[in-house]
Amino acid sequence: MITVGGVDEARNGFDPTKLLTDWDRGTVSQLPDGRTLRTFEITAEDKEIEIAPGIMFLAWTYNGRVPGPSLRATEGERLRIVFKNYGSHPHSMHFHGIHAARMDGVPGAGLVAPGEEFVYEFDARPFGCHLYHCHALPLKRHIHKGMYGAFVIDPDPTRHPEYEAVARSRLLGTAENAEWQELVMVMNAFDTNFDGKNEVYAVNTVAHAYAKKPIKILRDKPVRVYLINVIEFDPINSFHLHANFFEYFNQGTTLTPTLKTVDLITQCQAERGILEFHFTEHEPGLYMFHPHQSEFTELGWVGMFDVVETVS
Amino acid sequence: MNQAGRPPSNAATTLPVGRPGRASLFWIAIPFTVLGLAMAWLIGTDPLSSFRNGAPPVEKLTFERTILGSDGVRLLVRAGGSQPMTIAQVQVDDAYWQFTQTPPGPIARGATAWVQLPFPWVVGEAHGVKILTNTGATFKREIPVAVATPTVDSMSFVSQAALGVFVGILPVAIGLMFYPVLRGVGRNGMDFLLALTVGLLAFLVIDAVAEALELAGEAAALFQGPVMVILTTMGSFLLLMAVGRSRGTPTGLALSTFIALGIGLHNLGEGLAIGASFASGAADLGIFLVLGFTLHNITEGIGIAAPILKVRPPLWTFAGLTLLAGGPAVAGLWIGSLAYAPQWSALALAVGAGAILQVIAEVGSLLVRRSGETHVSFFTPAAMTGLATGAGLMYVTAMLVKI
Repeated sequence: MITVGGVDEARNGFDPTKLLTDWDRGTVSQLPDGRTLRTFEITAEDKEIEIAPGIMFLAWTYNGRVPGPSLRATEGERLRIVFKNYGSHPHSMHFHGIHAARMDGVPGAGLVAPGEEFVYEFDARPFGCHLYHCHALPLKRHIHKGMYGAFVIDPDPTRHPEYEAVARSRLLGTAENAEWQELVMVMNAFDTNFDGKNEVYAVNTVAHAYAKKPIKILRDKPVRVYLINVIEFDPINSFHLHANFFEYFNQGTTLTPTLKTVDLITQCQAERGILEFHFTEHEPGLYMFHPHQSEFTELGWVGMFDVVETVS
Repeated sequence: MNQAGRPPSNAATTLPVGRPGRASLFWIAIPFTVLGLAMAWLIGTDPLSSFRNGAPPVEKLTFERTILGSDGVRLLVRAGGSQPMTIAQVQVDDAYWQFTQTPPGPIARGATAWVQLPFPWVVGEAHGVKILTNTGATFKREIPVAVATPTVDSMSFVSQAALGVFVGILPVAIGLMFYPVLRGVGRNGMDFLLALTVGLLAFLVIDAVAEALELAGEAAALFQGPVMVILTTMGSFLLLMAVGRSRGTPTGLALSTFIALGIGLHNLGEGLAIGASFASGAADLGIFLVLGFTLHNITEGIGIAAPILKVRPPLWTFAGLTLLAGGPAVAGLWIGSLAYAPQWSALALAVGAGAILQVIAEVGSLLVRRSGETHVSFFTPAAMTGLATGAGLMYVTAMLVKI
C-alpha cells in the first residue's frame, strides 16, 4: 500500500514535482582565453525535512534541499564551485568527474569546517550523468543524511561530429533538446532510527510523491531520465518501467546506448545512467515505475507516469 | 468545634482545643504552599533549560492488545514517552500500509489509542507491525503466528468453557474423589498429605509469581510491573490472612475453602495465560496439552481434601469446593482469549499468588500445631516426603504443559 497523508512542501522548501526539472546552471562568464567559466554557489546547512507524511528527518543539505541542486554544465567548460559550510559539522563536495587531487573534496583536500569556505575548480569532463556528494567522515552518515546531488555534463556537439545530432539533443538549451522531456531522479533512502537500515525509500526524497501525484508525460515527446542511485545500506537499487522498454546509457558517458531494449536496470551505490524511452505508440494512462526490489517499492520508492495527449 | 470525647467542662479548656485544629490546618497548608510555589517557579522561569541538550524527547510505545479479524489487524498502543507521541506512519511486514488511529492526534503519556490496519493477514504465518513516529523512531510488534482473535460469540464461549472444565474443574473433582481412600490414613499419613499440600502450593506460588513478573515485563513501564506484582501479592496475602483469622485460625472446612479459593485464583491466572496464548496463536491446543493440564491439576484436589479428612462435611460442599477451585479457569479462558493487556493478567496472577501464600501459611501452621510439643514440626520424615512429593508431582506434570 502507500503512506497515509501528505507532505508539507512549503515547509520543506522544495516540491518533488519541480525537483524533476529544476536544473542549476550557475552563472556564466568568459575566461581571458575565451573559455566559458561556470560558477555555482553552494551552501551546506542543517535542516529538518519531511521525508514521508508526518516523518521528520534532521537532514544535512546542500542549498536547503535533498537531493542538493542538480548542477548542469557543458563538456569543456571551466567549473568553479564556491562552497560555504553553514552546517554544524565539517562537509565537502566530492565530484564524480576528472579533477586534481587538491579538488577531490576528501579530508585534506577541500574538507570545509563549519563557517569556512572552499572553491573547487576543474574542467567539466567527461560528459555524462554524474553526481557529487559529501566525503567527510563518517562517510555513510554524511551521505545518508542528505548530502548528494546530480552533476550532469552535457556533451559538446562540436567534439562529437559522428554523433552530432545525438549530442545536440543532450545539450540543454538547443532546439533539439527542447524536443525531449528531461527528468532528474535521485534514488535515495533514509534511516530514521539509525539502525543501519532504511525506513523510507524514495526517488527525490519524498516517499510515494510521484505515486500520489503522477508525473505528466506528453505522449508524442520522448523522455530522458537522468537516474542516480545514492542509497546507503542497501548494496543495489534498480529501475523498472512498466509496459515499456528503454535504452540505457550507463554513466551517460557514451552517445550510443550501452544497453538496448531493457525494462529494468540495476545500479549499485553511486552508479547512475541515462534512460531514453517514449510512449508514442501507447494509449494514454498511468504507467508505473519502481525498483524491482519489492521491499523498496512498498517502503516509498514508486511512481507513475501520467501519459497524456496534451498538458492540460 | 469540640473534639469528640473531650467534655466541654469549661470555656478555658475548650478554647485551646480549637487552636490545634486551626494550627494543624496551617501546618498542612505550609508544605502544599511550598510545593505550589516550587511548581510555579519551575514552570514560570524554566531553570532546567540548561539541561536541554538538543536530545529528542524520549519515546516509548507499548502494544497492549493485538486483535486479528476479518477486517484486518487492530492494535491497542499505550504511549509512555516524555511528551505526547505522534504516530506518523505504520508498516506491516516492511510495507507502508493504510491505517486509522482512534482517537486521532498525539497520544498523551499513559494514554492509549487503537490503530486499525486493513491488512490481509495470512492464517498460520508470521507478521510484523512497525509504527513510525514523527521523529522516525520505530516500535515493532511481532505476530508470531497469525490466527483470528476469538470474538465474544456463544460458539467460542461454549468451547472455551469445555476446555476450562477439562483443565480446571475435572482435575480438582478427580483429586477430591480420593477423599474416601484418604480418610483412613493415620497420623503420619495426615502429616504427609498436609505437607504434600504445602509442597504443591509452593510450586504454584513460585510459578504464579514467575509468570506474573514475565507478563509485567511486557507491560508499559509506567505500570512498574515488578513492583506492582510484588505489592499486589503481599497485599492479597495480608488481606486474606486478616479475613481468615478474623474468626480464629481456620481449620477443617474453612481451611479447605481457603485452599480452594487460592487455587481458584491461581487457575484464573492460568486460564488467562492459556486463553491469551491460544488467542495469539502461540500454542496449538493439542489433546496432549489438555491432558497435561488435567494431570497437573489433580494434585490440587488432593490438597483441598487434606484438611477435611477428619470432619466428614456434607456432599454438596465437595461440589462447591470443586467449583471454587476449578471454575475460575473457565472465566480466565474467556477473558484471556480476548487478548487483554499483559498488566491485567499479571495483576490476576499476583492476587492468586498472595492467596496461595495465605494457605501455605495456614496449612503450615496447622502442621506445626499438629506436632504439638515435640517441635519437630516440618522436619518429620512424613512431612518432608510430603513436601517433596507435592512440589515434585507439580513440577513433573508441568513438564507436560510447558512448551
